[in-house]
Amino acid sequence: MKTNQYTRVIKKHEAKPSYFKNMATAFFFGGLVCLIGQSFLWLYVHLFNVAEETAPTYMLVTLILIASVLTGLGLYDQFGQVSKAGGFVLITGFANSLTASALEGKSEGIVQGIATQMFKLAGAVIVFAVLSGFFFGLLRYFLVQLGIAPALDHQTVTFLMEVVR
Amino acid sequence: MKLGRSSYQFEHVYVETSATVVGEMEATGPLGHYFDVKGFDPYFGKKSWEQAEMRMTEQAIEKIFEKAGISDTDLDVAFGGDLVNQLVPTHYAMRMFDVPFVGVYSACATAIESLILASTFLENNMANRALTVTSSHTNMAEKQFRMPVEYGGPKGDTSQYTATGSGAGLLSRTPSTIKIEAATLGIIIDAMQKNPADMGSAMAPAASHTISRHLRELGRPADYYDLIVTGDLASIGSPILVDLLKQEGYDIKSRHKDCGNLLYDVHQPTFAGGSGAGCVSIVTLGYIVEMLRTKQLNKVLIVGTGALLNSAIVTQKETIPCIAHAVALSSHHVGGGH
Repeated sequence: MKTNQYTRVIKKHEAKPSYFKNMATAFFFGGLVCLIGQSFLWLYVHLFNVAEETAPTYMLVTLILIASVLTGLGLYDQFGQVSKAGGFVLITGFANSLTASALEGKSEGIVQGIATQMFKLAGAVIVFAVLSGFFFGLLRYFLVQLGIAPALDHQTVTFLMEVVR
Repeated sequence: MKLGRSSYQFEHVYVETSATVVGEMEATGPLGHYFDVKGFDPYFGKKSWEQAEMRMTEQAIEKIFEKAGISDTDLDVAFGGDLVNQLVPTHYAMRMFDVPFVGVYSACATAIESLILASTFLENNMANRALTVTSSHTNMAEKQFRMPVEYGGPKGDTSQYTATGSGAGLLSRTPSTIKIEAATLGIIIDAMQKNPADMGSAMAPAASHTISRHLRELGRPADYYDLIVTGDLASIGSPILVDLLKQEGYDIKSRHKDCGNLLYDVHQPTFAGGSGAGCVSIVTLGYIVEMLRTKQLNKVLIVGTGALLNSAIVTQKETIPCIAHAVALSSHHVGGGH
């Protein structure tokens, strides 16, 4: 009955989030994490003589470890708040969602708590990653069959497999 | 005595004493020195958030017993609740005590609903002493309604910070310096809001509805009260409430405060302000009660506002229905009438 009248008043006081500022912040902090990742990549290749094909894996594991430890120390959520989307879109955000969910489940035990709840948030990411992988694979298959896209050579396939691993 | 649709006047209801237990953010906020027990360990010495909130409720009740010099068997009835599924913190805390108990839920309005129910029992001679106890814990609320505590997803400026606090009130028929003199039960209002991270906008219409009805049914002007306190519309909902009441012909701007903004300093990271069943509970039973006792305030209307959603229903594209309950407190001269 009074709904429309309420809605009008609520609309009048609506606070619009500053999208541009948020995007700029996310771009800066997201870029900062990428820069750290790139530095690790360089470090592994040039200082520790890791092969260029395997170095990305080392780098990713390092970032995941750092994000998980920061989550455990209660610092990553603060970084997330400051950095806006720059903190949770990256792989460090994925690691944070796993660790945070696992920590939250700790009080319910190892099986029903940590193991069950760990993928509470990350589950959706995995489902859509697998789904989109399937559909883009299918798309590529047809494009190759129709002669629109070139077939992958053996070297590229091995490289991609290595990255995925 | 019933007046209008759902307003009531009480003649025999007094606040004997009250006790509050708070977390670190509340203890270091502007009202810090009004609270009895300050827990700087978010777990309150326990192993989970559920148990931490349970412990807070136990401590609040123990403090009441200590202050009033009574024990559980001196209580005729107790009312209370929290925000957790099946009111686990309150129910589990109450198993320690030998008291007839009524579990209450109306989200952040639980404290006020409990006060109204207890007052009704006292007024009608169904009890001589009644206890109310209401709590919330910030991390428990995160776990129940939002994301894991350590999750790094950013929060918007309209979201509110659930207070960590448990407030207990001991009401009695024996006259004391604080009288509970009137109340208005709320009607559920759905303002068709869908954003669970903006409760202020959803709850303001319910608060406006209850306040205007309270004033109308009791035949009081808005300036009858020294202070009209809402809990908790915070900085988003408060201006909406003032605007809505202006349309109804009540100007409360100069005498309106919100618990969610009273409890924290603007520099504390609480976004739009505090919320949670514990917020209005500790502000009322810690701060407001003390202001009335010392006669710095004489007549206060406290309006608890509750958003009656859960985390499943909002993902089903449903709107957020809200309720607001109001209770009027006044300072009282013992033995000297009003």
